[in-house]
Amino acid sequence: MSQSIIISASPHVHSAKTSKKVMYDVVIALIPAFLVSLYVFGISALILTAIAVASCLLFEYLIQKYLLKSEITIGDGSALITGILLAFNLPAGLPIWMIIVGSLVAIGIGKMSFGGLGFNIFNPALVGRVFLLVSFPVQMTMWPTAVENNMSIADAVTGATPLGLIKEGLMFGDTMTNISANLPSNMEMFLGISGGSIGEMSALALLLGGIYLLVRKVITWHIPVTMLVTMAVMTGIFWMVDPESYASPLIHILSGGAILGAFYMATDMVTSPMTKKGMLIFAVFIAVITVVIRLFGAYPEGVSFAILIMNAFVPLINTYFKPRRFGSKIKSKIV
Amino acid sequence: MLKTFPKGGIHPPENKITSSKGIKRMTVPKVVTVPIAQHIGIPAEIVVDRKDKVEIGQVIAKSGGFVSSNIHSPVAGTVTKIDQIIDSSGYKKQCIVIRTDAKNEANFAEIEYPLKTEIELDPKEIVQRISDFGVVGLGGATFPSHVKLNVKEGVKIDYLLINGVECEPYLTADHRLMLEKAPEIIVGIKILMKALHISKAVIGIENNKKDAIALFKDLTKNESGIQVAALQVKYPQGGEKQLVRAILGREVPKNGLPLDVGVIVNNVGTVFAVYEAVQHNKPLMERVVTVTGKKLENPSNFWVKIGTPIKDLVAEVGGLPEGTRKLVNGGPMMGKAIKNTDVPVTKGTSGILVISEEEASRGKAENCIRCGQCVYVCPMGLEPHLLMNLAEKGMYEKAAAEDIMTCIECGSCSYVCPSHRPLLDYIRYGKNIVKKLEISKN
Repeated sequence: MSQSIIISASPHVHSAKTSKKVMYDVVIALIPAFLVSLYVFGISALILTAIAVASCLLFEYLIQKYLLKSEITIGDGSALITGILLAFNLPAGLPIWMIIVGSLVAIGIGKMSFGGLGFNIFNPALVGRVFLLVSFPVQMTMWPTAVENNMSIADAVTGATPLGLIKEGLMFGDTMTNISANLPSNMEMFLGISGGSIGEMSALALLLGGIYLLVRKVITWHIPVTMLVTMAVMTGIFWMVDPESYASPLIHILSGGAILGAFYMATDMVTSPMTKKGMLIFAVFIAVITVVIRLFGAYPEGVSFAILIMNAFVPLINTYFKPRRFGSKIKSKIV
Repeated sequence: MLKTFPKGGIHPPENKITSSKGIKRMTVPKVVTVPIAQHIGIPAEIVVDRKDKVEIGQVIAKSGGFVSSNIHSPVAGTVTKIDQIIDSSGYKKQCIVIRTDAKNEANFAEIEYPLKTEIELDPKEIVQRISDFGVVGLGGATFPSHVKLNVKEGVKIDYLLINGVECEPYLTADHRLMLEKAPEIIVGIKILMKALHISKAVIGIENNKKDAIALFKDLTKNESGIQVAALQVKYPQGGEKQLVRAILGREVPKNGLPLDVGVIVNNVGTVFAVYEAVQHNKPLMERVVTVTGKKLENPSNFWVKIGTPIKDLVAEVGGLPEGTRKLVNGGPMMGKAIKNTDVPVTKGTSGILVISEEEASRGKAENCIRCGQCVYVCPMGLEPHLLMNLAEKGMYEKAAAEDIMTCIECGSCSYVCPSHRPLLDYIRYGKNIVKKLEISKN
């Protein structure tokens, strides 16, 4: 009998939570947005996502097997999420070889070069996307418009994203009133019929998934809510001062990668702060940098840059925003 | 709103499968094995020899110093051996083995004392009696009770807290004791209040023991000094720092004791032992033990004589089921795994938990995904992931600076970790080394 009795230190029970379950919850949360992308872009969204996911998994496998000679962990769901998120941040119809290069950069440089899961400083999917954006700016800003026939491959008929239209219009001295005539309505942007990366189409679908993540306690409200509220307040101030030169906060929230970034990218556990206080600071600064880039920078959109910049500050935030130690300052007195 | 502590904590499945099982008296064992180090502090000094005849309740090992405790023979019989024997710590400890005298009726007499409410002893005598009769904290820490009661001149105490929380899953020993010995426990509380010269006591009970809460509320409705606090169910509320925070809102300072905020905490089991010692001259030589586990035939609560081998208890509940993988002395969160059932019950044994294959195996440790769960659940406001890394890499001074020594080892971090990282194992290891380093420095 004593042969089979094991000795280990307490605790002797576990919550049965696993990293894998956490990862697959994120995958489930991304399904509504994926369905919208299929509806809007048809088969090209499917191809884009499939290529990105397959190459992320393949590169992780190859690196672990031949470079690191370590255990293969492609089943843990993390590379799968990187693949999906990378695809969600790319325009439909991007050349396949570019998707593969983006995946290689995301997994190879963004994740494995730091030591794999849990050790990376930057969000791998965003590393891949930003690499593509600065390397192939033309292709990365060719936004196919929604297809009429879902089975056709999105062709070169391109429109600009709402944020792109605004930036361009304002640069040429146009007023918001004139620009708005060419913009999709707020409702269209909310439901998902506007130009942009395949995953950032529908605010509604992204919010559905976001609520799922909140309910499943995969994420907490701190980062997404703080980030979106700060963005709304900041853009709101500019808009109120001069509504002809600045877009409304609603346009800023509903267009571009704000919601995708707030719920799925900035909340990435590995690259976000560990304490609630740290998360608030992190989210506020992402919003500020995003708005500054959108309003005053050369790029129409700045969520990816903002998140990557703040990723770099996470170790610092973790060092300075620690949980309050129990008993470290005594508030209570003997009554 | 029920009271609780604000930061951290978890709510594991309660599994209180024995909460409706009345406490049965265990058959008197043929042989008892009594370790001389059953309490925190200096081991007791053996005062009997091999072949000595001992009476029930006779002192067989005397308190070995200020923080120490007397040990009494739980049976009448003959000392057959004094030797190093493996106890529940897994190490060999000095033990006194006594063969029960099968003919001595005192061994088998069922003594039920009538309730005695009048407290005749004065405070000094009470503390002396508690010391003489070997009462130690029965909540698990086994700190000698008389030491706690010897409050230094000038230290102001205004509250006595009674710990009836029993936040460990599975265990029901305190719950059953509260239901079956409530009047005695209330007298015990009054004894302690008298000894401490204080007029306020609060009994903290978690809300999964509504019957005990109702009973104590009813029994104390005419007692102005004794209150009952119903607490939200949250582990580790039985930790005394968490309990003081939950009930009184006072925060025990870092590295401090409840005493520093004017509070003394005692477990309900201890209070009952105090009652028996002071009112009925009965030394601490038996206690309530929950023997439990999902696969057991008949999990139950027992009155068990100190020194009873755990295998007797296991036999009483139907034996070890097929596929048993782990035996735990205590609850699943903080209990200690034991290697076999030969080890004896001691003053600190609140339960025996039998864990089967499915529950026992730990998941494979994976990379930390920095989810922060360990940080959220830590009731002490620590960063377990960081402490583990520091301990693993040998950065002990940094670990000490990050307050590794304030860890109460509740295990909440390891419990929630989705990557199954052995957080508490490394923190314990780090604590041990930090402790040694600090000793060598001074």
